[in-house]
Amino acid sequence: MSKKKEGETGSDKTKLNTPLLDELESGPWPSFVTDLKNWSRKKPAVAQLLNQLEDSYETKWNYWTGTVLNVTGYGGGIIARLSEKAEEYPDLAEFHTIRVLPPAGFVYSTERLRNLSGICERHGAGILQLHGLTGDILALGFDNKGSRAASEDLMANGWDLGGSGAALRSLQCCVGQARCEMACFDTMKTTRFITNHYISFLHRPEFMYKFKIKISGCGNDCSNAMISSDMPIMGTWRGAMQIDQARVAEFIDEKGVEYLIDNVITRCPTRCISLKGNELVVDNDDCVRCMHCINVMHKALKPGKERGVTICLGAKRTLKIGDTMSSVIVPFMPLETEEDFEKLTDLIDQIWEFWNDNAMDHERIGEFIARVGLGAFIEGIGREPDPRMVSETRTSPFIKFEELAPGRLEGEQKQEPTVWQREPESSESSP
Amino acid sequence: MSEKMAPRDQGVPDHSNLLHPGMARNYGKWDYHERVRPGVLRYVAESGESLYMVRAGSPRTMSPETIEKICDIADRFCQGFLRFSMRTNVEFMVEEAEQVEPLIEAIKSELGFPIGGTGPSISNIAHTQGWLHCNLPGTDAAGAVKALMDDLIEEFENERFPNRVKIATSCCQINCGRHADIGIIVQHHHAPRINYDNMKICDLPKVVAICPVAAIRPKVVGGTPSVEIVQEKCMYCGACHGQCPSMEIRDAETDTLSIWVGGKGANTRGGPSLMKLAVWGLPNNPPRWPEVSDAVRKILDAYKEGGKDWERVGEWIERIGWQRFFEKTGFTFTKYHIEDGPNAMWTYNRSTQVRI
Repeated sequence: MSKKKEGETGSDKTKLNTPLLDELESGPWPSFVTDLKNWSRKKPAVAQLLNQLEDSYETKWNYWTGTVLNVTGYGGGIIARLSEKAEEYPDLAEFHTIRVLPPAGFVYSTERLRNLSGICERHGAGILQLHGLTGDILALGFDNKGSRAASEDLMANGWDLGGSGAALRSLQCCVGQARCEMACFDTMKTTRFITNHYISFLHRPEFMYKFKIKISGCGNDCSNAMISSDMPIMGTWRGAMQIDQARVAEFIDEKGVEYLIDNVITRCPTRCISLKGNELVVDNDDCVRCMHCINVMHKALKPGKERGVTICLGAKRTLKIGDTMSSVIVPFMPLETEEDFEKLTDLIDQIWEFWNDNAMDHERIGEFIARVGLGAFIEGIGREPDPRMVSETRTSPFIKFEELAPGRLEGEQKQEPTVWQREPESSESSP
Repeated sequence: MSEKMAPRDQGVPDHSNLLHPGMARNYGKWDYHERVRPGVLRYVAESGESLYMVRAGSPRTMSPETIEKICDIADRFCQGFLRFSMRTNVEFMVEEAEQVEPLIEAIKSELGFPIGGTGPSISNIAHTQGWLHCNLPGTDAAGAVKALMDDLIEEFENERFPNRVKIATSCCQINCGRHADIGIIVQHHHAPRINYDNMKICDLPKVVAICPVAAIRPKVVGGTPSVEIVQEKCMYCGACHGQCPSMEIRDAETDTLSIWVGGKGANTRGGPSLMKLAVWGLPNNPPRWPEVSDAVRKILDAYKEGGKDWERVGEWIERIGWQRFFEKTGFTFTKYHIEDGPNAMWTYNRSTQVRI
């Protein structure tokens, strides 16, 4: 697409010259400018990258355009960037990002991290970002040839590319049971299981638009699932939370009753906690698993023993219909045995089928649900309505009661599924 | 090429080989944690074993030389294992309390990374790609974050707020930085300029369909199929720009920055919430964006002073009311703060509950 001008190095523009960026070298926070300037001694392309960034700082204008580049067999994973200033900065003519699937929970051995870094240095500029907001490892600075060579090298070394485009995107989870007492299920295992089960959907975009799954071990949502993923899978529990009254007494000794009242009892959203003498009493029927009291008294209080997940759907940021937030689809399901995981994939299969059969182009699942209504949506995926899916029942009295509409008055009749008629499975399309 | 093709569809690497031995031994068997000091957490397992985690703020964008320094420290102190947090911090784990201080010393002297970001502090800023490597940005990200964190580093290194503060920046109105306690976004101020010479590279029906307010119409221009924009309808969101680079929404002269407050993903207490407009019209002012730092500081100072324990920024504002928020920060409430989106009516004060 764009031509690289080998040998044409006459311009001084390739020499590091960044007075504005240099102002980002002072100050106590670690400076990416200093790091990249040092690195540019080894990789001249990085000097050109900084010079182009300097130009942007001067003109407040951006000089990257996007394009498409794929490795054999995959339809995504490389975010291709071409510089509009390739004449001045020949090494930026092709300067792509490779998205790499990180280990679940972002845990690394130094052996693996060096392996990753070495491959990226061998085939490109070697700049790593750990991690991008998509949850991917981002490796910057490969030309077309380098992108393909780096991808092959990465995959030969046990790495795989991340998702991009209208596909399942790279999953992301919190540290979970590996280091947190609050995690109600194995977030890392679930992340790896879902990714690998659906890996073809991640590498070959075939959805109406992107689909993000993020996974948090409890309601604290350290993986930012609730407001930034199409499908948050959140840890929770059934039955009573665990209370260690001896540690409650220790907490009161240390912090005082007043602190407990102000910061635990009155901050409970359903007012289900009370104090009887020195004993903390929880009305577990009213507890909504918000995690607040456990956060404050994390030694004395713990999630209950019968654990599982709440599954939601629909969050995305504001384009195009305004923000959508996730809402509950499955109030509770265990996620431990093979059968549990099979139920999870059955659910995902049904959601994807109904969404992809009926959504419009570029319509995220939250936008789709907003358009067709949650009632029609859950019917489409074969789930029963559950009051835990709503914060309140409807206020609008204009309702099409399918059961009550007499056919002769041409009221809307019950159809299967209601409105969005699917093609019969067996129908052969004839011209 | 086919002979050299590496295996496809391997998926996520097996994490069980990548866990610090202390994490592997106590997987799923943790009892509690405590904050030893800002930036250091001690996790205690049911077995009684301890694991100390030291959190260091990284600049996210790193050279192989920096990665090597990180690995070297993890080799010397952490048995060759480490972790990254959601907000681009590096986490080093050690099993002995005596190793914590020497580890911190090594991180500070060899990497120059600050220690902090735990508990009621400001964690590292989640940010986007910006001018460094995005095709759509109106401003930079890494540089703005560096400048802001220079200013806020003491709040990263200390735990002095009512609750944690998450900050995110975004370089266009697509807002990849997402909701946060404090969010910084670019705003565009006019409809996209159409580059008619280059429209052929775009899928025109998709350009028309993507507009949320139906402001884009098909039109033949100079004998070639193209589009036109209904200026009155356009709300300058830039959705079409992501679809078609010839719908240029950015403007170096007029783009500004705005700051939004009160977003939260956690289900704690009132549950997740979206961030709302606090102040608009700040200049896009590289290389250090001082006006942004200034406004963020005003919000943080007011929150630190007025917030009660465990209140996040949004919960603090909800309690004191927006009137007090504007009083305490010194920002001006304008008609542009009033919602005009699809759910606008639900954001008006639909009662006589007024602080007078």
